Amino acid sequence: MRFLRESFIVFRRQLRMNLRNPAWVLIGLMQPILYLFLFGPLLKPMAQQLGVANTWTFFVPGMLIQLGMFGAFFAGFGLISEWRDGVIEAERVTPANRTALLMGRLWRDLLQLLVQALVLVGLGYWVGMEAPLRGVVLGVALTLLVGGACAAASNALALTTKSEDVMAPVINVVMMPVLLLSGILLPMTIGPDWLQRTSDFMPFRWITDAVRGSFVGDFGANAVLWGSVWAVGLFAIALWWGTATFRRENA
Amino acid sequence: MIHARGLVQTFQTREGKKKTQVRAVDGVDLDVAEGEVIGFLGPNGAGKTTTLRMLTTLLRPTEGTATVAGYDVVKESEKVRRSIGYVSQSGSTGQFARAGDEVIDHGMLYGMTGADARRRGQELFSQLDLDGLWGRQPKTMSGGQRRRLDIVMGLIHEPTLVFLDEPTTGLDPQARANLWTHIADLRKRRGATVFLTTHYLDEADALSDRIIIIDHGKIIAADTSDNLKAQVSGDLVDLEVADPDLVAQAAKRLDAIAETGQDGHDAVEIDGNHVRARVQRAGKAVPGLLSDLREADIDLESIEVHRPTLDDVFLTLTGRSLRDAESSAPADPTSKEN
Repeated sequence: MRFLRESFIVFRRQLRMNLRNPAWVLIGLMQPILYLFLFGPLLKPMAQQLGVANTWTFFVPGMLIQLGMFGAFFAGFGLISEWRDGVIEAERVTPANRTALLMGRLWRDLLQLLVQALVLVGLGYWVGMEAPLRGVVLGVALTLLVGGACAAASNALALTTKSEDVMAPVINVVMMPVLLLSGILLPMTIGPDWLQRTSDFMPFRWITDAVRGSFVGDFGANAVLWGSVWAVGLFAIALWWGTATFRRENA
Repeated sequence: MIHARGLVQTFQTREGKKKTQVRAVDGVDLDVAEGEVIGFLGPNGAGKTTTLRMLTTLLRPTEGTATVAGYDVVKESEKVRRSIGYVSQSGSTGQFARAGDEVIDHGMLYGMTGADARRRGQELFSQLDLDGLWGRQPKTMSGGQRRRLDIVMGLIHEPTLVFLDEPTTGLDPQARANLWTHIADLRKRRGATVFLTTHYLDEADALSDRIIIIDHGKIIAADTSDNLKAQVSGDLVDLEVADPDLVAQAAKRLDAIAETGQDGHDAVEIDGNHVRARVQRAGKAVPGLLSDLREADIDLESIEVHRPTLDDVFLTLTGRSLRDAESSAPADPTSKEN
């Protein structure tokens, strides 16, 4: 109970700060819309090559994962400026639970991601995506797990480096292979064998496959199982890392 | 209220590939009684903030133990946090948040209800002359207002022990004087024990009952300001001799009442027409000296007697003045001392 209450206090503060700066909220919403309308149509003529019946049903899950990963990767930057203002220190000197301090921030990131995901799925249906509701629910849930993992990791990284100048290149280094090997924009299956094997080592590819599988209603597929396992695993690891950093005395 | 034994904090610092261990705090013992106002004085980088962060549970001691407000800082850190208020030097509120919201949230993290935190916060706002700033963003406030807002944050849960880290650094003299009255009020009005770090001598002198001096991570003195000053051997007597030819004679007369100098050095210092020496209880000795000089027909342009300052205390204890220690400390404005 106390944990929830403290998380909520932190969450409410974060949300209030975000809403005070509606530009960010708008940019956050624009991202999926732009991708859908400016990149989505490029896939349409390639439906046969990609081996999919409906390119929107293929494309929207990839966009969901991208939102989950990349939006959340940047969550840590806000934390650095909070740290600089002394806010983190002020919160850590209260008896509040350290995990709650992180959790409140994650809730904010997850809420933002959920809104973005719903907008994206809604627009997807509107342009012609065909997906069962059950599949969409599972897909969005996986997206939230991925987003939560990335946001927690980003927060942990922020509190460890305490410098935007260090954090930006680190995120770039991580982002490039993740983007290229997870099959977000184009499926890895159209690539050569060695590239497919390489992408087997990329957890995010499994998760992307899982979201795609659930969107076409193929719940029994191996992909859905493994992707879900990865999503839960990554979330747990990142949460542990994030909590450890908030707990560490010197943060 | 505070009892610390053998506190040690070591940090790894890296210079290129070479890693070295720095003992930022090197065996600190502290005892602070309830209701005391303590000035924790030392040059930048002496270990003040690090000690403070250990006492406020923000940093786990590498070695040693401390109880604060009756609780162990490691084993009962949550209880310590409940009992203390901490005003850090880096601020406590978001630049773009509204001051009042920050205060309420902070109070709620201590377990207060929102309504209680609001009532208490507004009370503190008017006590600390922040009326009308409840809805303002901290970034639009003056430096002095922001420091007072930080103090409101630190007092929201009515702690009995308040830590203030360099409360007046960076403030203009007026805002400083104003803040001093508020800090003095902490005990006068609410009977709080106050532990403040500072590298300003006058601040430590003006506010505290007792001064604890730290240098290179070690406590080198802990006493009242008057007792510390009494350790410095006497008051400085400075004679300006009218006739340059008589300077040596005047020096001899001053030497008769002066303390023996340190390390067997001559106690009397001659500098042009000036003759200076430390004299124990100058108020008593100087009239005799004056009549001595008159008998010998040595005229004076002026005579000055300086009571020892805390800077003299620091000089006596460490062989260097606090200002020198300050300028030799590595200046790194981007990284906080920790």
